[in-house]
Amino acid sequence: MEDVVESVVAQTDGAKVVLVRLEIGHLSGVAIDALRFCFEICTHGTTLADATLDIHEIEGRARCRVCGCERDIDSLVTSCVCGSFEQDVLSGHELRLKEVEVI
Amino acid sequence: MCRVCGCDHQDHEHDHDNDHDHDHPHTHRVSLQSALLAKNDRLAEELRVHLGHQEIVALNLIGSPGAGKTTLLEHTIRALPSSISVSVVEGDQATDNDARRIAATGCRVVQINTGAGCHLDATMMDRGLGELSPARRSLVFIENVGNLVCPALFDLGERAKVVVLSVTEGEDKPLKYPHVFRAASVLVLTKSDLVPHLDVDISQYVANARRVNPALQVFPVSARRGDGLAEWCGWLRSQVGDLS
Repeated sequence: MEDVVESVVAQTDGAKVVLVRLEIGHLSGVAIDALRFCFEICTHGTTLADATLDIHEIEGRARCRVCGCERDIDSLVTSCVCGSFEQDVLSGHELRLKEVEVI
Repeated sequence: MCRVCGCDHQDHEHDHDNDHDHDHPHTHRVSLQSALLAKNDRLAEELRVHLGHQEIVALNLIGSPGAGKTTLLEHTIRALPSSISVSVVEGDQATDNDARRIAATGCRVVQINTGAGCHLDATMMDRGLGELSPARRSLVFIENVGNLVCPALFDLGERAKVVVLSVTEGEDKPLKYPHVFRAASVLVLTKSDLVPHLDVDISQYVANARRVNPALQVFPVSARRGDGLAEWCGWLRSQVGDLS
């Protein structure tokens, strides 16, 4: 998170940041509450100090390698209706800094 | 012009009726579109390229505290042919106990203490590799901090992640900690000699691990007794292209 704050400060030329928008996938392994807590600590005393953290959560989605069907998944340990565990995860791993709003 | 977004927004006087004012903060959206772990991932990729040029195979060993990572390494280093040059980066929150154990095998080793940190990251790995200075065409084991969670997220520039899970930890661990099992290429099931004394079934460990990652290669090993060590070392030799 310190790296993210540092990178935002550098890319916004020291302007006051009022909103930070992240994309976090449900399968990313990141606890959103912990991320919010961390954001508050890491932004203290920076140009992001009063910024709202807007987190866009992205559902997990996978395509079965056996039957080809696509489905929503909420865990990496799920089988397809055809019984296969072989799947390509299409979304849900996101851990992205999307955009910020500055004054 | 705005120095952030480059727009030409300007306050202006109205010479017509209006129902709004311009006395509000002028906000701009700045699209950044970067990975949260971008800094780590960039450095890890640089390390991967560097290691590739040097023909060095780095393997990131991840497992719980007490899974037997260091014991596996001690016996692996002794079992590998001397034609393969091996060195080790040891990660622990504190102490150099593991580095001393590895050094006792005659292998070159660097200890990284992470303090409060629960995993190694690419910056630490860069420093560790700089100090270790592994030989060209060699094998580098990275023993990550004992933890089945966070190390899964941090790329260190390794060729592959290897999960080390002992048979005493329970067959459901791949289901409870799926990220690391999905990120790994290999699972070494350690302490296999203890199976007769436990209420566990190796095939259930393998089945659960493959539910998370069907492509996972599994090597049941008893480092103490030597069972399965030849197969594990065979895989290692195939990675470094040792045909002797």
